[in-house]
Amino acid sequence: MYKYDQYDRAMVDARVEEFRDQTRRRIAGHLTDDQFKPLRLKNGLYLQLHAYMLRVAIPYGTLNSAQMHKLADISRRYDRGYGHFTTRQNIQYNWIKLEEAPDILAELATVEMHAIQTSGESVRNVSADQYAGAAADEIIDPRPWAEVIRQITTFMPEFSYLPRKFKIAVIASVEDRAALRWHDFAIRIVRNPNPENGAGEIGFECYAGGGMGRTPFIACKIRDFLPAGQIFSYLQAVLRVWNRHARRDNIHKQRMKILVHDLGEEEFRRQVEEEFQHFLTLGQDVPQAEYDRIAACFAPPPFETGLADEIDRSDPDFALWVDRQTVTHKAPGYAIVNISLKPIGGIPGDISAEQMDIVADLAAKYSFDEVRATHVQNLVLPHVRKQDLHAVWQALTGAGLADVNLDLVTDIIACPGLDYCSLANARSIPVAQKIAERFADIGKQQDIGELKVKISGCINACGHHHAAHIGILGVDRKGTENYQLLLGGSGAEDTSPARITGPGFDEAGVVDAVERAIERYRELREPGERFLDTYRRVGLDSFKEAIYG
Amino acid sequence: MGDPLRFRDDQAPEESAVSLDAFLGQSNASTVRIEAGDDVRLLLPEIDRVQLVEIDFPRFRDGRGFSSARILREAGYKGEIRATGDVLVDLVFFMRRCGFDSFEPDVPLNPADVEAALNRYPEVYQDATDGRVPIWAKRHPHEQHG
Amino acid sequence: MKILTGNDLKTGKVVWWDGSGWSLHVEDAVDAGEHADVILATETAACRVNGGYAVDAAAGADGRIRPAHIKDRIRAYGPTVRPDLTLKPADPEAGNWVI
Repeated sequence: MYKYDQYDRAMVDARVEEFRDQTRRRIAGHLTDDQFKPLRLKNGLYLQLHAYMLRVAIPYGTLNSAQMHKLADISRRYDRGYGHFTTRQNIQYNWIKLEEAPDILAELATVEMHAIQTSGESVRNVSADQYAGAAADEIIDPRPWAEVIRQITTFMPEFSYLPRKFKIAVIASVEDRAALRWHDFAIRIVRNPNPENGAGEIGFECYAGGGMGRTPFIACKIRDFLPAGQIFSYLQAVLRVWNRHARRDNIHKQRMKILVHDLGEEEFRRQVEEEFQHFLTLGQDVPQAEYDRIAACFAPPPFETGLADEIDRSDPDFALWVDRQTVTHKAPGYAIVNISLKPIGGIPGDISAEQMDIVADLAAKYSFDEVRATHVQNLVLPHVRKQDLHAVWQALTGAGLADVNLDLVTDIIACPGLDYCSLANARSIPVAQKIAERFADIGKQQDIGELKVKISGCINACGHHHAAHIGILGVDRKGTENYQLLLGGSGAEDTSPARITGPGFDEAGVVDAVERAIERYRELREPGERFLDTYRRVGLDSFKEAIYG
Repeated sequence: MGDPLRFRDDQAPEESAVSLDAFLGQSNASTVRIEAGDDVRLLLPEIDRVQLVEIDFPRFRDGRGFSSARILREAGYKGEIRATGDVLVDLVFFMRRCGFDSFEPDVPLNPADVEAALNRYPEVYQDATDGRVPIWAKRHPHEQHG
Repeated sequence: MKILTGNDLKTGKVVWWDGSGWSLHVEDAVDAGEHADVILATETAACRVNGGYAVDAAAGADGRIRPAHIKDRIRAYGPTVRPDLTLKPADPEAGNWVI
């Protein structure tokens, strides 16, 4: 994991003191709410339905046990004993007091954490593959480059007030576990394919202009290969083109995706390349030595060799969990463990302080001190010896964290919705709970197979409904909650936007509609087909007929 | 409005600023006003006769002026760049890094607050146009920089 | 009627104008009528409320004041999915008032 040096510490400490001063000025009445709002947002502090909400950054979703214990400690001392993992691999607290927020940031700084890049019109916290450093299919660990990007985009002077937020993702494998092309800017780490010019050199396949929200767009590829060491120049070029030319008259049309769409891919790419050549002449790129320094922090842990790959599967409940929740690790004898935060009837992404402590202890004892947060609102223990899986499962079972549903119908993404969020038009969590309850039976879930259900309580799409196999969007229809159904989206390497099926439903109606869509899939599927495959083969109309009769 | 807050030793030009269009259309002006939507690169061929560029911020959330200032500095412009309009003290640090060296906002800044804001951060993570050495270069003093 | 709501500046708690100050309980809300704007301006300037605004409300069948929009009823009650964290954790029926 990355370790702060004196420079990183000084920056975060200065940030805490700055916010302490700004908060003091606000409480003393020297700043109005209008003046204070952009300052608190730059520190992840929102005013939500019931209180202030603090969003804490978890860069590229990586945590150690001390950080997880600190998150638990903060939830007990300053909040109400729980936290909520978000679709950007961050964590949110829902019951924060303004007067205590600077103290919380100071507490976070003691474990090398902060709330920078979690809100406001700036470059946001970089997200990455949650299996980084453990995945069998990665070229290199993508996190060192994500950390380089975190540092060079922290407090960027020219891009202090971008047209809107700017989200970046980094992966290093063909399989996409980070919803890459739904980002404003995305990087897939590849080896240079050009045999005449540096073949094998590490670099980036670059995408731009993806995003959900009111107008969903899938990012287009804007460069096949960028030498990795030129990322600062290239990123500045992308940001400058957008910062100068994006619309500023309509907040819904200011994201990067709209500019890419309006200019067209070709023209956008041309402008970026022109600006990029200019930035290269300035000589501001981060040298290899700095990458090497950061990469050394992410050196693989000392995996044991000669470990057995066999797992004692005599306990059927354990075997069920192993089959669903663990994933192949690149080191023999190890497994990647997925911890579900989606208990049937629970709140997707929520975790109690006690559970956080247990996960932290398990990470320290069994996973080289590492935990990951996923954009699907689950957690991961990335490096567990197969011989320890049973002990880990028992501990998770005792903590209510051993649910078996990874990528199944009850592994639902849901934004906080109208239960917590001041932007929401409808509640998301109760819909997720009712769908999960209807499909609680694990045999039924396994029969249905991979099915990604994602629910947003408003068009901002924090619940990723555009990227769902079955998506649900909550809207306000004359003061009552109404839910639109969408089908056929994907956030994986087979990215596609979901399409609206037709008229919306009330809460009970949308749960029934989901069930009818699933039943239609079960009738039509061919061997080996997932819901998404069947949908793509037969098309929307067949499902509409089942849903609306 | 009082005198602008300046970070230069020379005399402030007294001529009032003309719009970019007017500047490009007349030969004797030396002070030009850049609106948020103006393409500052149009000024570059005439940059030798410019003494002062005023860059306007119609709302603090409109960050186009940051790019305009940096483009001028990257092209070698050494004259004054003044931020006008909705300029908040919390942005002055970033403006200085992008090459602004005077400030004349709609609501005057408190010099003590400016001083505090400019000294808040001991380091910077990246290059801009102010010549400050980024953290990565301090970590690797033998690497070539800039 | 028009009732006034907002959040306490320091704690962020949801509050309702009760005629002389700010209460945590929507039951205490009073009709601000034509004075809404003046009260909000004065209270905001004095930092006694943050993000204040007026909402439509009516007395329900039980005589209790009920904000017209579900968003404000959820603000008044708490998250419907965590009754233990609402203002009425001991009353299992309290959540029905929201819907």
